[in-house]
Formats: sequence, C-alpha cells, structure tokens
Amino acid sequence: MTGLGTRTRGVIGARVARKEDPRLLRGQGRFGADMSRPGQVWARMVRSPVAHGRLRAVHTTQAAAAPGVVAVVTAADLPGRLEIPVRLAVQAIDLSGYLQPVLAAETVRYVGEPLAVVLADDPYLAEDAAELVDVGIDDAPAALDAEAATQPGAPGLFPGGNVAADFTLGYGDVAAAFAAADHVVQTEISIGRHGAVPLEPRTLLADPDPVTGRLAIFGMTKVPVFNRDLLAGLLGMDETLIHVHAVDAGGGFGARGEFYPEDFLVPWLARTLQRPVKWVEDRAEHLVAVNHSRQQAHRLAAAFDASGHLLGLRAEVLHDNGAYCRTHGIIVPELTLAMLPGPYRVPAYHGRVRVALTNKTPCGTYRAPGRFEGSAAREQLLDVAASQLGMDRVELRRRNLLTPAELPCQRAMSTLGTDVVLDDGDYPGLLEAAAAEAGRLGYPAEVSHGRQAGRRRGLGVAAFLEKSGLGPQETADVVVSGTGAVHVYSGGTSLGQGIETVLAQIAADALGVDPAVVSVVNGDTDKQPFGGGSWASRSTVVAGSAVHAAACAVRDRAAEVAARMLEASPADLVSDDGAVSVRGDPAARVTLAEIARATAPASRYLRPGEPAGLSARRRFEVTHMTYPYGVHIAVVDVDAGTGRVEVLRYLVAYEVGRAINPALVEGQLRGGAAQGIGGALLEEFCYDDAGQPQSATFMDYRMPTAAEVPPIDVLVTQDAPAAGNPLGVRGAGEGGVSAAGAVLASAVRDALGLAGSVGQLPLTAARVHELASGGGR
Amino acid sequence: MKDTHLIRFRVNGREHELAVEARRTLADMLRDDLGYTGTHLGCEHGICGACTVLVDGAPARSCLMFGVQADGAEISTVEGLADGDRLSDLQQSFSDRHGLQCGFCTPGFLMLAEGYLAQRDAAGDGAEPTEAEIRDLVAANLCRCTGYQGIVEAVLATARSRWQRPGDQDTR
Repeated sequence: MTGLGTRTRGVIGARVARKEDPRLLRGQGRFGADMSRPGQVWARMVRSPVAHGRLRAVHTTQAAAAPGVVAVVTAADLPGRLEIPVRLAVQAIDLSGYLQPVLAAETVRYVGEPLAVVLADDPYLAEDAAELVDVGIDDAPAALDAEAATQPGAPGLFPGGNVAADFTLGYGDVAAAFAAADHVVQTEISIGRHGAVPLEPRTLLADPDPVTGRLAIFGMTKVPVFNRDLLAGLLGMDETLIHVHAVDAGGGFGARGEFYPEDFLVPWLARTLQRPVKWVEDRAEHLVAVNHSRQQAHRLAAAFDASGHLLGLRAEVLHDNGAYCRTHGIIVPELTLAMLPGPYRVPAYHGRVRVALTNKTPCGTYRAPGRFEGSAAREQLLDVAASQLGMDRVELRRRNLLTPAELPCQRAMSTLGTDVVLDDGDYPGLLEAAAAEAGRLGYPAEVSHGRQAGRRRGLGVAAFLEKSGLGPQETADVVVSGTGAVHVYSGGTSLGQGIETVLAQIAADALGVDPAVVSVVNGDTDKQPFGGGSWASRSTVVAGSAVHAAACAVRDRAAEVAARMLEASPADLVSDDGAVSVRGDPAARVTLAEIARATAPASRYLRPGEPAGLSARRRFEVTHMTYPYGVHIAVVDVDAGTGRVEVLRYLVAYEVGRAINPALVEGQLRGGAAQGIGGALLEEFCYDDAGQPQSATFMDYRMPTAAEVPPIDVLVTQDAPAAGNPLGVRGAGEGGVSAAGAVLASAVRDALGLAGSVGQLPLTAARVHELASGGGR
Repeated sequence: MKDTHLIRFRVNGREHELAVEARRTLADMLRDDLGYTGTHLGCEHGICGACTVLVDGAPARSCLMFGVQADGAEISTVEGLADGDRLSDLQQSFSDRHGLQCGFCTPGFLMLAEGYLAQRDAAGDGAEPTEAEIRDLVAANLCRCTGYQGIVEAVLATARSRWQRPGDQDTR
C-alpha cells in the first residue's frame, strides 16, 4: 500500500510540550508508593549488619509476636534455594557460582544483604518489629580492596574464589605495535564507587486477585516484561497471569527496575498471604541495597609513532563488582573494554579485565556504564601523551580521530552480544565544531583571564564514543479508537526521559494527527506483552522505530478503508489533520474516527476474513547498535588551599542523528552532565575497614546541587543520521555523562599543571589538595 | 500503647480532623492518611526537599515534622497550586523551560519556590530577582535529572514576572 501522500507536519524535530508534565506538575503522577490497596500489609526488610560472616540463626519469635505483625519470613520459609539470574549474559562466561540468593541462608557477604522480611498492618509497626529480629552471625574478615581480594590468602567470598571473570577483548598485533613505537605512554587512573541514586527510592505493590488468580504489580520499571517472565518462572506461574502496571518512575539511570531480591519477595508474599503487600524502600536502605557502579582501576599503555599517531593500545582493568553478580553480570567491564578505543584510530588493541568480588554492595550499570570509566582513562592517557610528546592536546586528538572516510569501522570485538561496527559520523568535524563553540562562548578567554588574575584555572577537553539502540527487538501497538484518539502501547518505562512525548510525536507524524490526540502507555505488560524495556539509550531508537512502523501500517490501513468509504482509489487519497480526503476534493473526506468506526465488527466496509479494528502491531528488529559521539569541554577553578574544584563552564557537543524533540535531547545532556559532575568531583560510596558503609545518608553521599552545577552549554548536531533505523535517530540518554569524568580530570590536570594523570576520581577536595601539594602521579 | 492525638488543620483550604499517632510524620499523614500523594519522600532525613510543603506559608520539610505539629496549621501542597484546568504561572513556567524530567522532586521545588516568592513579596524590598539569588534558593533541594538549569530558569522567570506585575500574580 503506497500512494498515500504523507506530509511532514513539522511534528518531528519540534519542541513539543511534554505530555508527562501536567500530571507531574499537579502532583498527580502515579509513582509506585502512591498506590495502595484495601487490606494491604507493609513489608520491611531485615538486612545484614555486617559485611561478611556465617549466618548461624535468624530468630524471629519476638518479632512475630510484636503488635500488628502478620508474618516474618527467612530463607528457611522460601520455596527452595532461589537465586537471581543474570539478565545479560556475555562472552560465554558462566557466573552461576556468584549469584545473589533472594534471602541469605548461610553466608552474608555485604552490609545490607536481605536476611528476613517482616510484614505488618502498618509501616511503622513493621519497622518496629524488624528491629526485634535477632540475627546471629559469626563475623569473618572482609575483602574490601579489589586488588587485595584477588591475591592468595584474601578472605574468600565463594568456593570458586573472588575472581568472577577474567577475560580479554582486542584485535591486531599489539606486540608489534609497541615494538615499532617511537613513544610509549603509560597512565593509571581509578574511578570511585558511586551510582545512579534516583531521587525516588524503590517501591513495589503486589495485589493478588483470588477470583482470577492474577497478580497485579505496581512499581516494576525499566524491563517490565523481562521481570514479569522471570518472576513467573520463580513463582511457577503462567506469565500472562502477572500484570505489571505502568507507573511513573522517579529516575532510573540503570539501577531502578533491575530484578532485585525484593522483586521476588513482595509478589511471593502477596501470593502466599493472599493479601496485597506494599514495600517502600527508605533512603538508608537504597544506598546499601541498590546496585552501586563504576569502581574500576585502569592501567593503560599506548604506542605512538614519531608524529603522534596511535599504533596500539593496551588496557589492564580491575573491576570491583561487590559481593555478587547481579542481573547485569559482567556487562560493565565488558563495555569498558569494548568501548575503550573510543572514536580513535587504534590499529591494534588488547584489553584485559578481571572482575573481583568484594564484601560491598553488588554493582550493576549506571548511565554510560563502562564509557564514563573507560573514557576517563583513555582521555587522561591522551592528555599525558600530549604533554610527553610536546603536542597540543586537541591536535593529538584531531590526528587520531577516525575520519568520515574510515567509517563504518568494524572492530573485531563484540559487546552486549553485538559486533562492534562504528556507523557513520564525522568525529573530527564535531571536535572542530565543539572547539569553535567553546571559543564563541568565551571559554579560552575565560581561562587566560583567570590565569592572569592569579587563579589556578584549567581547560578540559575530552572526545568520546557512545552506543545506543540495542536490539534485538522492540514491539509497538498503535490503535485508533472510535473517538479518533490514537493509543500507543510501547514496552519501556517513563523514567523521566520524556519518552511518552517522543513516541507521540513519532506516531503523530506518521498518522498526520496532532500529538495532543496521541496517548502513550509504557510498560503495561497486558497492553504490550512483547516490550524490551527502556535502557541502553534504546527507546527512541528501537521503540520509536517500532511505533513508526505500526503507525505507518495504521495509516495505510486507514487509507484502504477510507478508499472503500469514499469509493475512491487509494492512490488519490491524502492524509492530513486526522482525516483522509480525495486529492483535489476536500469535501470527499472521512475522519480517522469515522474510519475506525467503519472497521467495527459487522461493518459493511470490513471484508470477510479481515480483522476488525483500526490497529497494528509491529516489531522493529536490529542486530547492531548505532554509535553516537561527542565532545565535552569544561573550565574549572581549583582552590589549591582547600582543594575545591569549581566548574565554571561546561559544554556538551553531541551528534544525535536526528532530534525528535530537541528540548528533550538538551535536557538529557544537561542532566547527564550534572550527574557526571557528581561522579567526577563529589559522589563516592566509602567503607570503613570492617566493610561498614560510610555513605549511608545524603549528608555523606554528596550529590550535586544547583550550587555545584553551572549552566550547561549544549551543541546538538544532526549531521550524521543513523542508517540503521528509519528515523535516523541515535540515542541521547548517556552522552551528557559519558565524558564528564574525562573532561573534569583533564581540566583539573590542566589547572594544576600536572605531568602525569590525576590518578583517581572523584576529585574530592582532599584529593585535589594532595595533587596541588605535589602528590600527583 | 499508641500515643494518639486528635488534631485539626487545613490542607489547601480544606478542613481536616484526624486522630494521629505522635510519631507519625507530617509527610506520612498527608500521603497515607489523607491521600495527598503529590508530596514525595526522597530521603526522609531532610536533605533532598522532595517533601517540601508550606506550613502557614513557610516552606517545611514534611519528613522532619510530626503530623501533630500541624495542629491548627494551614498546609499547602502541590495539589493546591493549579486553578482547575489552568496550571499556575510557576507550574507553566516549569513546563515551558523543561524544569522537570521524572517529576519526583518537582512538587518540592514548586512549594519551595512558592514559599520563597511569597515571603520575598511580603518583605517588599523591591529588588529585582537575580539569577544568583534564585540559584541559591534552588540549591536547597536535590534533583537528579535536570541539572537544575530549567528549574532555575523557571523560578527566575516567574519571580521576574511577578516582580514586574505584582497586580496579576498567582496568589494561591
């Protein structure tokens, strides 16, 4: 079916007001904790108070007798030994010996590990009773430092040892590259443990229906269909009897929505008790229970020829994964290795990573996993190399960036189960554009003025490669109802990114309607049972492409039916403003609502065998990711006396292929940069020598406020539409944070005039003070 | 033995009478007893500010106040800002300037700003609001999504328009 003229209505690319805003601004969003059910009981987790030890007993008698308590359960009450499997298995590495049990039975391995659940009629009473659960643990020495944990004699977490994985990625003859080198440059940098820390803690409400046997769940996000299926398997239920409802989520950033112990416990308890069970995590729990991220040490060596061209790259990475392998398995270290060469021409590369287990909160992804870390390491290496080679930092990068003629570029590696094929782009072009924009905005002048005034002011530059649009598929349904309203059912989650608005724009554009008549439901497993979820900067790319295909199919079907109604040839029809009309005869016109009603059962316009309704389900499948890229430039002041780093200016330049809604792209980049400033300068999960968390409140885990985040300049380019999807889009979720560690390390190094690397992130005041006093590497 | 108190107070102009346990926080009372779920709990230790409401016109962190302390008070929550279908000038300004993403912290920022702007207006020193002044205000609360830029711009724009035209400000 062709022939239907589609006029671009200027919907794609427009700064359409967010559909999410009115409800959120009125306090009428539906977050998980906002839901309640009559007769519900409240769950409270009892967590390990020690980092490592043998669990002798969990005494529950006193707690069970406390006022309002309905039940207290421990590992002994569970239906068997249950462990949470890895969602993303890569590199054919078996992690089954390192999985987290739903409740610890014999050994505790980090402070915060769930040991028991108390259920009571009231959350205050549940918390009171949880205090009465008496836990007997024989303390064992804790392994806290990743390097030490890999050595013989270290306290052992598992019978298989403390190294969950040790693998390499790479290509080319690295030994020959280093043998032929005129210069070899080496650096070390380690990244501190920090994490997503969305502002809404986790929450779940599970409501069993004794009549239908169904289980309604509110609060699961990110990958609702995957979590539904996993839960169904653990509960021994038919997956279609579980209904995960769409909810608003107070930020995700990788951590929220993965399957944690509570995601089994709360639904299982609801089903067992046949009562609704509600659980709302508090912040102290969140900071020890939810995935941490980023803690990695990197040792890099690069081989250069006499003119500064990279010949080869070696990376030795040590990843501190905490106590267990959770749903993400080892994708953070894998992505680190696979993305470490970045946007540069690296003829030979060898990366090795060891994944160490320690007695700390387990780790998973956090926005730009592996890229924040790897980009910081690589860009510090290039800065140090520029100093050692006596070259300008920007010129060294310019010389080594892949050129448009060299793309697409296949690197003989895989990540997330896909081959690494860098698609089209102009990396040097974006570096020039970013430098020009920084110049236009007065960054270099600000640096020289500051220095003239005696300040220790530095300029940071970092280029990076991102990845987005991970498959293998996403499915969308588009339905036009009898009122002419357009309903989109997609598989992700509204985590704040504005995906409802983006998908509405895509559907509106294909159908020739106003985005205002399009409603989008994300993450309802009854409405969209084949959704892949919102993660890995994939939703606009893959969900958007699926919505585009489904909306185009609905448009074509509407034309087919309209042709029957108007007794015209489909080739003579045009679609505009929610109606289909005969070209040149505006009076011969039927609205989408009329067409939808004409597809009702028993309609005379419906032919035998044709399904009723004006709707389509389409699947978008893709085997490769699309690789966006960008440049960060920043200006900082370092107070050598206090070690304080003040970020004065910050530019994110980013190639997005095509911006469906530029305001939302800019918002993603600005918000990402703010998070990156936190990770680079402020945020760190610290532990004492016994493995006790020292960052268990927002007084100690320091997220940036408006006082630490300057206005973020953004330069969004649309010069390299992605060839791998019909919209030409690249993901925008992670480009704001990806190079934040890199650029701030670069700027601080510049401000202090260091010869070597800054050594360590975050660049807290104490560390910067030490660097300023000559303690650099 | 529960220590329960009978208290009376108003929320967004509506009278409530409630028997509340002494230890129950104002936030839990508003959310779970009365259904004002627009007030959000992000940390329960007074840092993030997502639970900010106005108590007798002044911003307060409802996680750090007991419900019984609201006896006799006039409480304003995010649910009271819009006038039917029409968003308040501040709410509209947040939408226009992309001052929210996930929206979880938003009610706290809205109430913080409403309280501040009303107090500023009442003080009546007449100075034009500045970006530095508003950024300092916004630094009271945490947002994990936006990088604060849209929030600062939204509050500043509203502060300036109310300052320029005090006659037609939203006084809710």
